[in-house]
Amino acid sequence: MSDKFAYLSSVERSRTYLIKGLQTVQAHDGYISDAAIEAIAAYFSVPPVDVEGVVSFYAQFKRTRPGKYKVAVCDGTACHIKGSISILEWVGTELGIKPGQTDRDGLFSLETVACLGCCSLAPVMSINGKVYGKLDRKGTVKILKEYRKNG
Amino acid sequence: MAEIRKIKVGTASCGLAAGAGAVLDFFRDHAGVEIEEVGCIGHCYAEPLVEVVTDAGSVFYRDVKGEQACLDNILALGETGRLEVSPSRRKYEMLKVTRLAGRICPTSFDAYVAEGGYGALKKALTMTAAEVVDEVKRSGLRGRGGGGFPTGMKWQFLAAKQAEKKILICNADEGDPGAFMDRSMMESVPHQVLEGMLIGAYATGADILFIYCRAEYPLAIKHIRIAIDQIREHGLDVVNGKKLDIIIKEGAGAFVCGEETALIASLEGRRGTPRFRPPFPTDRGWNDYPTSLNNVETFANIPLVIGEGGAAFAQVGTEKSKGTKLFALAGDLKYPGLIEVPMGTTIGEIVFEVGGADPDQVKAVQTGGPSGGCIPKELFDTPVDYDSLNALGAIMGSGGMIVIGTDRCMVETARYFLDFTHRESCGKCTFCRVGMMRMYETLERIVAGKGEMSDIDFLADLGPKIKKGSLCGLGQTAPNPVLATLRYYKNEYIEHVRDKRCAALVCNALVDVKLDPEKCVKCRLCIRNCAVGAISDDFVIDNAKCTRCNTCIDVCPKHAVARVEKGEGYYAE
Repeated sequence: MSDKFAYLSSVERSRTYLIKGLQTVQAHDGYISDAAIEAIAAYFSVPPVDVEGVVSFYAQFKRTRPGKYKVAVCDGTACHIKGSISILEWVGTELGIKPGQTDRDGLFSLETVACLGCCSLAPVMSINGKVYGKLDRKGTVKILKEYRKNG
Repeated sequence: MAEIRKIKVGTASCGLAAGAGAVLDFFRDHAGVEIEEVGCIGHCYAEPLVEVVTDAGSVFYRDVKGEQACLDNILALGETGRLEVSPSRRKYEMLKVTRLAGRICPTSFDAYVAEGGYGALKKALTMTAAEVVDEVKRSGLRGRGGGGFPTGMKWQFLAAKQAEKKILICNADEGDPGAFMDRSMMESVPHQVLEGMLIGAYATGADILFIYCRAEYPLAIKHIRIAIDQIREHGLDVVNGKKLDIIIKEGAGAFVCGEETALIASLEGRRGTPRFRPPFPTDRGWNDYPTSLNNVETFANIPLVIGEGGAAFAQVGTEKSKGTKLFALAGDLKYPGLIEVPMGTTIGEIVFEVGGADPDQVKAVQTGGPSGGCIPKELFDTPVDYDSLNALGAIMGSGGMIVIGTDRCMVETARYFLDFTHRESCGKCTFCRVGMMRMYETLERIVAGKGEMSDIDFLADLGPKIKKGSLCGLGQTAPNPVLATLRYYKNEYIEHVRDKRCAALVCNALVDVKLDPEKCVKCRLCIRNCAVGAISDDFVIDNAKCTRCNTCIDVCPKHAVARVEKGEGYYAE
């Protein structure tokens, strides 16, 4: 295993912890690279195809490098009813990207999530885990501009 | 004036999202009295919430801000900004499982013990394991994750197994959009959930306890982790003379992993696909060891069951559904939040009396999230228990309850739920994988105004086949939103297909947008905010360019812009 993934040794070396291993890599690198797939396969002694299979199954795992600010627009039931599709459009227009993409500067990436569990504050989005609730157009754009300003 | 002892700030996820973090920081620096972080008391609509504890009782304040004026009002026990809980909510709510939620510091072991916490575990340890199982059976407690399987029976199956290792899993993979009961319990009273698990370990002889929590709940995971460290410090993790392995596993974003065999596969580090039962997990579960899975809320009920005794627990509820149930109320109502009511409370009582929804503005309620069905207002006198809801084509589910207003389109609502479930199908069963996709495409056609009458029959025909042809709960319930809306709102489907009309003016393909010059004050806000330049300088909206994004409707201060029926709007060419 290359030194780049030496931190994997903090994870117990048993198949049960394969997902934990992937989560550890993603927390570290922000996504699962090809090299990471190989390294994890070697670490847990499973074929790379098995690792790829697990990665592709779970929505959490990303195979592309995310932006510095990860914008997640909630499209859970309550948010959907309160207009999350519009939020997604405003965010997409403001950032110039679609869900699943990262902008050219690597500053923002955008995704939709099923539910952030803050339904009573719908519609909500989160940026790097910080949740913003009761969004309207003005508020949404203002939040994004603030992040852009801070770079 | 009453003397202020301390101020409690609700800092569960819902509170934090509303700005409780800033309130906490400001009050800590400026209040000059003890500040305590607590969980969620369920009144999410009023967040950020603080409780001022005085020698003459508590006063709650809502929509609190981290500002001096707001703090001054609170320190003076001012009348403004107080949380007034409606008498009807008080009447119907029964706080048992959530008794301590939002009242104590979630990460304080001592606070939980001071309220009688771990008393039930102590009591259980004076009983035999079989007596504990019997007590749970006597209580009539059924699985709160939605399945409704009797908890005592599941535990009895596991207890009867002889194996090298036995596994007990807490299913905290709360994936239903619109549901947040489990999150709230783990964030607010993690020790109560763990106490239930420890009692379960004693009763069943389990060696390894897993808590499988979705990764989207970082605060819940943090609090559970702290609580586990604390019980280890106090030696409570030694049960039946064995030191228990207690392991938190974070999910990785797959709805199907809420299903027990899929969850087990995920815990084994594999793709989370369900498998055929039998063998049931109590025979062959995690890594082939006998395994029992119970939901967070089920475990949170266990200390009550043991503490007050199964017979006393069974006093509350209906004949076949005992105890109370948590519901996450959301959607078109006045007081969204977390509520706890006795089983058997009617849907109308929950939606109108507790949730404060306006009866004239409500069309239906969706229970059980995307796996459930809608229940029209005409049937709101149905009591909430497992069997009554099943009979209506809905399900109890884990307890998400979404109120659907009269201005919502039921076809679009069904399409939305299927958009979720068809993407979450793991792909193992053909009917679920392909069938759900076909149903979804059909619904897309209908909301786009391209449906044919035969599409409606197709949906009604395919739905039951998917239910029959699928292995797990996902496929067996995923067609429910369509079948339920077809049952109660078939007229809306027919309107969309035959008349190309969406009465609720929701479906974009079937509406136009129009500006009323009578109301317009020519402020140009709409023109400035239109992303596609669809509004001319003389304030006419060109529906050929308009994307129906609602921006102009939202920004108009005079409500001059509105959705209208297709054909009523202007088209440039």
